[in-house]
Amino acid sequence: MTDTLTSREDTHELLRFATAGSVDDGKSTLIGRLLFDSKALFDDQWDAVEAVSAGRGDEYTDLALLTDGLRSEREQGITIDVAYRYFSTPERKFIIADTPGHIQYTRNMVTGASTADLALILVDARKGLVEQSRRHAFLCSLLRVPHIVLCVNKMDLVDYDEAVFKKIENEFAAFATKLEVPDLTVIPVSALKGDNVVNRSENMPWFQGPSLLHHLEKVHIASDRNLVDVRFPVQHVIRPHSNDNHDFRGYAGQIASGVMKPGDEVMVLPSGFTSRIASIETADGPLDEAFPPLSVTVRLEDELDVSRGDMLCRPGNQARVSQDIEAMVCWMDEARPLKLRGKYAVKHTTSDVRAIVKDVQYQLDINTLHRDESATELKLNEIGRVTLRTTKPLLCDDYRRNRATGGFIIIDEADNRTVGAGIIV
Amino acid sequence: MSDYRISHIAALEAEAIFIFREVAATCQRPVLLFSGGKDSIVMLHLAQKAFAPAPIPFPVMHVDTGQNFAEVIDYRDRRVAEAGVQLIVASVQDAIDRGMVVEPPDGTRNRIQTPVLLEAAEKYQFDALFGGARRDEEKARAKERVFSFRDDFGQWDPKNQRPELWNLYNGRVHPGEQIRVFPLSNWTELDVWRYIGSEDIPLPEVYFSAERQVVDRGGMLYAVNEFIKPREGEEVFYEKIRYRTVGDANLTAGVRSEATTIDEIIAEVEVTRITERGATRGDDKTSEAAMEDRKREGYF
Repeated sequence: MTDTLTSREDTHELLRFATAGSVDDGKSTLIGRLLFDSKALFDDQWDAVEAVSAGRGDEYTDLALLTDGLRSEREQGITIDVAYRYFSTPERKFIIADTPGHIQYTRNMVTGASTADLALILVDARKGLVEQSRRHAFLCSLLRVPHIVLCVNKMDLVDYDEAVFKKIENEFAAFATKLEVPDLTVIPVSALKGDNVVNRSENMPWFQGPSLLHHLEKVHIASDRNLVDVRFPVQHVIRPHSNDNHDFRGYAGQIASGVMKPGDEVMVLPSGFTSRIASIETADGPLDEAFPPLSVTVRLEDELDVSRGDMLCRPGNQARVSQDIEAMVCWMDEARPLKLRGKYAVKHTTSDVRAIVKDVQYQLDINTLHRDESATELKLNEIGRVTLRTTKPLLCDDYRRNRATGGFIIIDEADNRTVGAGIIV
Repeated sequence: MSDYRISHIAALEAEAIFIFREVAATCQRPVLLFSGGKDSIVMLHLAQKAFAPAPIPFPVMHVDTGQNFAEVIDYRDRRVAEAGVQLIVASVQDAIDRGMVVEPPDGTRNRIQTPVLLEAAEKYQFDALFGGARRDEEKARAKERVFSFRDDFGQWDPKNQRPELWNLYNGRVHPGEQIRVFPLSNWTELDVWRYIGSEDIPLPEVYFSAERQVVDRGGMLYAVNEFIKPREGEEVFYEKIRYRTVGDANLTAGVRSEATTIDEIIAEVEVTRITERGATRGDDKTSEAAMEDRKREGYF
């Protein structure tokens, strides 16, 4: 049987990316092309798509059919919701959050971008940047996606003209300077013909950069994680109640950020008590150090009262403990808007609290970035800055510094639906 | 480990363990669906790791169609005893006998599992049901959440799913409603096999290739067993096959294979050109939207 450590080390790193595009930018075709050219497609999937395409009388096999999952979508020729796709190359495993580019784009885009290491934005070379491209870029920047790739698609329809590409590239770069985009790469592609998707294009010798897949395989993501600020939200207390493990009391959770080691002094929030890490346990044995995204069980040297929703951090580097939360909120509910004085449930790390909306400071027009300070509510797909007062303190950081402790969701207490996403500022 | 990077398999394991713990900490009465198939075997393994050294804090349930591979049932009972968890069996045969469901004329019980599952969930008041489904299995699955909300009728509404952001899962339900939880959402078939290999997880023998008596039905090889009898004029022959998925013994076809170890299976899966459902499940072929329809009815 394979040795556990070697076979685990053999396998490759995980990259999560979100895709966004307007209707007809060719996003589904691009994903289909990535899957097809990287041989992630199975024959029976391909046969099914070919059959449907032929049945509709398409001139060529429509790669977009690979990703349009639900019947209602196929009938309407649109994508309804975030869909997840998987493929891997010898270099990496990829998870694609494929988000539709039409009406519900904000909700879906925010959802897809929340976990993404990289966002792929598509524009049609014939049309250049449109309102939606700017919106997508803004949302990626708001959600702190560390890497953005702009794919200028349909280059085959502009005769692979370098000037067309350069104009769009410059325009986007100028716009991106107004946002916080840490890493931007721009690639001219034709998803339909396959230029620069997996293989370098022979039609665009003027382009010296990598193909899209090459970039996805090589882009450096290890430094994107926060390994500085120790944040360990306690998820579950493990107490076996058995004779063998009578005294075992461990705090189970996934490390949000930072590196933890046995012997480290830690502070428990919100109580403020301190102790040292006695050991970091896993089912495979104790660890010398633990870091995100590992799920571990931490034992402390002292018996403290620690429960779900508490957080371990370092005495010299603590999370903020606050009941007054300033946040950018994206509203996701069709039925009811976010209201001033409205009361909601909030889930933040492993903590569930209630909150009241104390102030709607402004609603942001994400096309113009104009702030409407007269707003008193946020409707579906609107984004605004709000002030919340929570029943219990949140143990949090600015989202800008820590995606894991800076984001929260808002839940309607009446019907339990997730109605909003918040980013602490 | 010095550069603080981990492999994607380790990342998927950490994510699954987080999901198991989140449900245990926030839901009232979770249950793990366990059939003895490889995905549910991996689920049980992960659940044990999530709560070690404590036992798994919820029972497991098998919706038993009565059309099983005998050794898979042996495996199920053995494994459940080892893990020290309570096994609940919701019997489809029993439901047929009671007149709760009607056996379809073709004898396939896949579809009538759903009311049996829902009845058991109601009886035991389960509010969270863990399933081993993966998004790479099928197009309708690709759009399902990790925490998938089901209404009083156990129904999935693809247009009304809860947005799922970061790792903040919303498992809140009213009495009678449920959350289906899929910790393996982001795993692929190959990931599952690699994990089984690296963790050295024992599997029922049907997963390994052996010379078996088979019949060929529409290009699929079905092993002759209690439920699959050769039809008139059908040729019975010997073929080395193994199972990529293990569903009902009357529905699941094998694939030609030489693989008798996990490493050999992984090598075969790495180069295979057909999805596991496409290769082995008679039940998904019926219509292009077969899975979508069954999920809407409350199927896993």
